[in-house]
Amino acid sequence: MHILVLLKMAPDVVEELEIAPDGKSLDLDYLRLILSESDDHALEEALLLKERHNAKVTVLALDAPEVDDALFTALAKGADRAVKVVGMDTGLSTRQAARVLSQVVAHQPGLIPMDLILTGVQAIDDLDGLIAPLVADDLGMPYLGIVTRIGLEASGQTAVAIKEYPGGVRGEFEVRLPAVLGVQASEKPPRYVPVAKVRAAMKTQKIDCAPAPALADGGWPLTQVVEMKRNEPAGHAEMLEGDPEDVSEKLCGILAGRGLF
Amino acid sequence: MTGSICVLAEQWRGCLSDVTYETLALGREVADELGVPLTAILAGWKAKDLARSLGAADTVLYVDHPQLLEPVPQPCAEALAQVLQGRRPRALLVPLTNVSLGVSTLLSIRLGAAAVNFCKEIRVVDGRLQAVCVMYGGKIECTVEASGEPAILGIWPGARPADKGRSDRVPPIEEATVSLGESPVRLKKYIDPDAGDVDLGKLEALVAVGRGIQSKDNIALAEDLAKALGGAVAGSRPVIDQGWLPLSRQIGKSGLTVKPKLYVALGISGAPEHVEGMKDSGLIVAVNSDPHAPIFNIAHYGIVADVVETLPSLTAAVETRRLASHHA
Repeated sequence: MHILVLLKMAPDVVEELEIAPDGKSLDLDYLRLILSESDDHALEEALLLKERHNAKVTVLALDAPEVDDALFTALAKGADRAVKVVGMDTGLSTRQAARVLSQVVAHQPGLIPMDLILTGVQAIDDLDGLIAPLVADDLGMPYLGIVTRIGLEASGQTAVAIKEYPGGVRGEFEVRLPAVLGVQASEKPPRYVPVAKVRAAMKTQKIDCAPAPALADGGWPLTQVVEMKRNEPAGHAEMLEGDPEDVSEKLCGILAGRGLF
Repeated sequence: MTGSICVLAEQWRGCLSDVTYETLALGREVADELGVPLTAILAGWKAKDLARSLGAADTVLYVDHPQLLEPVPQPCAEALAQVLQGRRPRALLVPLTNVSLGVSTLLSIRLGAAAVNFCKEIRVVDGRLQAVCVMYGGKIECTVEASGEPAILGIWPGARPADKGRSDRVPPIEEATVSLGESPVRLKKYIDPDAGDVDLGKLEALVAVGRGIQSKDNIALAEDLAKALGGAVAGSRPVIDQGWLPLSRQIGKSGLTVKPKLYVALGISGAPEHVEGMKDSGLIVAVNSDPHAPIFNIAHYGIVADVVETLPSLTAAVETRRLASHHA
């Protein structure tokens, strides 16, 4: 069994996000990129499947700042191979990124055959589409998203995937393999790996580089950002200020005044 | 239908979701401003009766096929592509929910159309459609234009009140046929959630914790406050994923939608996926160390502070007041 995990770097929203002078994009100078949260869960789910089914796990990512750290971390956690796509234009849309990934999967030695392609269900900047259905469509494979658990049938022909619905409802799906699944959350929280182990991976393992294919114009209708700004609508909380005791007293006065306790 | 605004009516388990009516209300406004018809598209199997409640639209296009009994993304997108091919509406609004996620992306590929995710608003500017999108976990708002038609727009829940999209009028219903092969993705069964130890939907006060609670051990601090307020502890997605609280306590897109009189959001950033589950609470109080956290955009009162440092004072203040009012 071979599982391919598509990883993407996304802005860390815990950090301050600054708008670039063009008013249409984030200022890259102030941006800290981290592995997209749901991609981390996709990787964990792949590693759990590896442990249960003796699978081989390959991680694949487009070149981006900090991506080497993410790929070596994946290797340190137990991935068998890391591949980085290099030489493409910067600022690709999700749709373009998916096309690059699909072509690399199809043509880079050792990536096919695979039984499963796992990736995060959605990244916080997937403005013009989602990676999983885009790649599934490009490669002509089945797709299911918002997956939280994956089981493999003994035949190796199908997987059983649990998908989240609203209100805590889950759906149990049978998915024909190979398939692309968008993972929302892994069965267990993503594992922690000590920095020392990542450093060891950097010394003993390597990241394979795959050249990016030239993207044909393809007539893709592109979306165009005309303005970007902080999300600060007119309605905003009344802020209570002071030390913890002060603000607690103020808030209690408000709650008591409203008969809330 | 050429040039019209279309809305995908979201049917799931034999019902239309509230978000269908919310999206219809938004679509109605956009269609009226452009002076074009509004069409609701309903895909299902033997579900034509549901179309009768979509009277906010001028017409309903009903697509009937056994493969559409459950909203599985690929057959659903294929069916929509077949009925929209040649009809070329101006835009199709698709609810951004766990039921419909993936449909807009797949449909946009089939139609060679642009897709825009994360839309909370659609503006008409000089006859052009502009989508206002909330992305980066709710921190950034961007205005987007899509070239070509139709534009496939993924709409966050809550764009308009659902009641604005309901109507007693029974709309004309057109039926469309599609040809679909067997799907490689098949629903075997639904798994309904365990009831959990408390019914969060019935409580008047909820203390919800997010990533800012920092560790499982600190949940006890939130439980103390919940107890003082006569409520219970709930959580946002990261806390549930970490296993710090059971699934039955999750608020938001994949969890519960609640409307308590008091909702205290502790260390919750306010991503749209969480907000849709609690935005209609009576009074929302947020504590977060990030002054730009989007939760402050919907909270009534906010405190910029470390949750773990603030909780003991807050609990003590509530208990003191309770005791005082008890003895008064």
